[in-house]
Amino acid sequence: MSTHTEHQAPQGREPLDVNDPRVSRFDIVQEGARRDDIEIVHYEPQVVPGSRAERRMTRTVASFFLLTGLAATAFLIIYIWWPWEWKAGRGGDKLYTPLLGLTLGVALLGIGFGILTWGKKLLPKEVSIQDRHDQPGSPEERKITGQTMLYMADEMGVRRRPLLGISLLAGLAPVGAVAAAPLIGGLIKNPHDNNQMFTTGFAPADGGKTKIRLIREDGRPIRPADVSVGGQLTVFPGVDGGVSNKYADSPTLLIHLREDDAQKSRAANATKGHGDYMWGNFVAFSKICTHAGCPASLYEQQTNRLLCPCHQSQFLITDNAKPIFGPANRPLPQLPIEVDEEGFFVAKSDYTETIGPDFWERP
Amino acid sequence: MKRRKFDAAALPAKTAGAVDDRFQVSTPLRKLLNKVFPDHWSFLLGEIALFSFIVLLLTGVFLTFFFEPAMTEVTYDGSYAPLRGTPMSAAYASSLDISFDVRGGLIMRQMHHWAALLFMAAIVVHMLRVFFTGAFRKPRETNWIIGSLLFWVGFLAGFTGYSLPDDGLSGTGLRIASGIILSIPVIGSWVSSSIFGGEFPGTIIISRFFIAHVLLIPGLLVALISVHLGLVFKQKHTQWPGPGRTNENVVGERMFPRYALKQGGFFMVVFGVIALFGGLFQINPIWYFGPYEAWVVSAASQPDWYVMFLDGSTRLMPAWEISIPIGDGYVIPPLFWPTVVLPGILVGLSTMYPFLEARRLKDYKHHNLLQRPRDVPARTAVGAMAVAFYIVLTLSGANDVIADKFHISLNAMTWAGRIGLLVLPPLAYYFTYRICLGLQQHDREVLAHGVETGIIKRLPDGRFVEVHQPLTAVDGHDGHGPALDYVGWVVPKKMNRLGALGPAIRGFFYPIEKPAEAPVSPGHPPVEPRAEREEIGSGESRR
Repeated sequence: MSTHTEHQAPQGREPLDVNDPRVSRFDIVQEGARRDDIEIVHYEPQVVPGSRAERRMTRTVASFFLLTGLAATAFLIIYIWWPWEWKAGRGGDKLYTPLLGLTLGVALLGIGFGILTWGKKLLPKEVSIQDRHDQPGSPEERKITGQTMLYMADEMGVRRRPLLGISLLAGLAPVGAVAAAPLIGGLIKNPHDNNQMFTTGFAPADGGKTKIRLIREDGRPIRPADVSVGGQLTVFPGVDGGVSNKYADSPTLLIHLREDDAQKSRAANATKGHGDYMWGNFVAFSKICTHAGCPASLYEQQTNRLLCPCHQSQFLITDNAKPIFGPANRPLPQLPIEVDEEGFFVAKSDYTETIGPDFWERP
Repeated sequence: MKRRKFDAAALPAKTAGAVDDRFQVSTPLRKLLNKVFPDHWSFLLGEIALFSFIVLLLTGVFLTFFFEPAMTEVTYDGSYAPLRGTPMSAAYASSLDISFDVRGGLIMRQMHHWAALLFMAAIVVHMLRVFFTGAFRKPRETNWIIGSLLFWVGFLAGFTGYSLPDDGLSGTGLRIASGIILSIPVIGSWVSSSIFGGEFPGTIIISRFFIAHVLLIPGLLVALISVHLGLVFKQKHTQWPGPGRTNENVVGERMFPRYALKQGGFFMVVFGVIALFGGLFQINPIWYFGPYEAWVVSAASQPDWYVMFLDGSTRLMPAWEISIPIGDGYVIPPLFWPTVVLPGILVGLSTMYPFLEARRLKDYKHHNLLQRPRDVPARTAVGAMAVAFYIVLTLSGANDVIADKFHISLNAMTWAGRIGLLVLPPLAYYFTYRICLGLQQHDREVLAHGVETGIIKRLPDGRFVEVHQPLTAVDGHDGHGPALDYVGWVVPKKMNRLGALGPAIRGFFYPIEKPAEAPVSPGHPPVEPRAEREEIGSGESRR
């Protein structure tokens, strides 16, 4: 190990004449460092030039770089000639992306480790000390700068001519508002347009005369016989685009309860004044969780519980879909249903409670 | 006139001279080349975030060439057969095209996603390093605040990004986001309808998220990262205590060439690891999720890992609704507290922490030397408390998966999370505090008595004692030297740390030559050992 001794410390040294032909390049580097308040206190080559160790390290670095070249070439070959288009089954195309990743990764790691080895093993180790100079400016400097800025205010004369300041503010404030207005004005949308937060696709059309049918995902209407006892079906309003995300608040779960569960449910309905919401042993509840709006879609037949997979709120279907566990605070709204003269399910009316996540003005 | 001979060797010098004539860069450039950086592995964590960000920009630009940020309904007819004929949004269809019909598109998409996860992970780990070592203290509070903001801006970048493909999973995430916005008292429904352009989901949200994700948020990230790095540069990096290291200097390597080489190599390594992950490990296979439909969801719908703590807090929150019976009645839904208030508190606490600590300790001095976590037990314990809080929330974000895989009741998992959230942080505080004190005490013991050698000696009176190797010269009477002062740095605790068991001969398979001797070239001056800078930490050098 080699370090400077004290008498060689740059602080005590005469400034170097960099034009002197006898000084080495390292001397000049040290002189530059000295001018930047840096003292190179330890400078130790890691390998002896021409030694076996040096040759070994050089070979290591070189092989990393050559590995990169190989891997990158392999990447290009795979990129161009490997079958890449998706085909059913376990074809070679499934290996396309992994092979690209492998070759690209190896190529990049090759450069990385090559450079790291070069820097860490072949370059001299050094310890340098630099002054931080992070002490605050002297009080005098601070004062001068402060006074300069205050003098700027004097020159502007705002204090002597207060009208300028006031009128400038009075002029600028509306300009700021002008900048914000198009953004806010353009984006803002009344959430209560068409009463949209309180209505769904099941709202009867034609001023309440036409009741909306319950339909399946494929658009077909549903007869009671289509849902077996204990079964359930996701239903949508039978309107144009009723299955699409345009009616994201309307998906409903139609459940055919078993006889004893249906009795419980009917009794529970009655306590809430929803005595006529069921049809036979069928109930329909909104599928949109009242917590955060995920579809509460995991129905456990044995316990009549409905679980929302997002935050695990659980609703008891036979008790008006009351939340019995988890973060939801409100029962799932129930859709009053009946069967029309053609024998298909229809919604008697829209939901009588608000669908989906709670919000401030929800009554 | 005779034509002047072109001298290629003089060209660099001539060009440099011409540049300096015009821009006067020689002195600033030398200062830059010479700038000293302290080196420690823990200083490289932030770099991982920076490098991931660069990869994010590169892969992200590629993805924009093929992504179509529109919710127009199209029928898919790309090469992925299982979804052919399915109606879906143009955004989802183009994401599928990137995955299946753009050559090399899938690896770019996966690299982008992995880089995003790594970016956030590196930010968190870097933040922990800065916190536990006290690197945030004056004068670096500003950078701490910028760093905290970077986490949240990165969080937004991630959320807007994984919403873009408009697949089943991301649509569910968007719906939850709309629920969260709706839960804000008074203005919630207005904000939500303004962002979504009406009722959820509307037809414009993907386009808005796209411009936020590719322009506004990255712009903000670039700005914050630039200031962050600029301040590190201006204020100079902190350093660990050690021989010759003071609050007023920086001990390390000059930036060029060795330090810069190491940084460049490290960038390539990070890049390479992301490429390996992007190719070998599938992430966000959107083709399995299908297009977003409001009525479809599956179990184990988890967000990216850095969002999971909010998912967890949402799951653990009891169903406490605040009703305000005025007029038709108003509500503050339970969703508001874990998803709006909690992040608000976290932002406030984390950004204010440097000032809170300085105020409590009445410490307003400049600090450029780092502290070992054990030396500041209260701060370390507070940090452990925060980590425990975060881990409980993150695990709760996956409590359904844990319940499923380990056959635990889901409700039990929720209750465990609720109780754990209240009980574990204080326990973490207590145990961390005690561990810190124990480590401190052991450091002092070693300084006073020396390193355990593992040699048991029998004394004439029959007692057995372990021989300790003192760290100082022994002064005779009791086999102990003078007690050494603790200097805030590692105390050697094993004999091989003293050099006793170091490898005698270097080389892995066969010995390589003897260590280099200085000087090795005429350029390198002969230098002799200087005792006082040789030893680390023990305060007095060994002989």
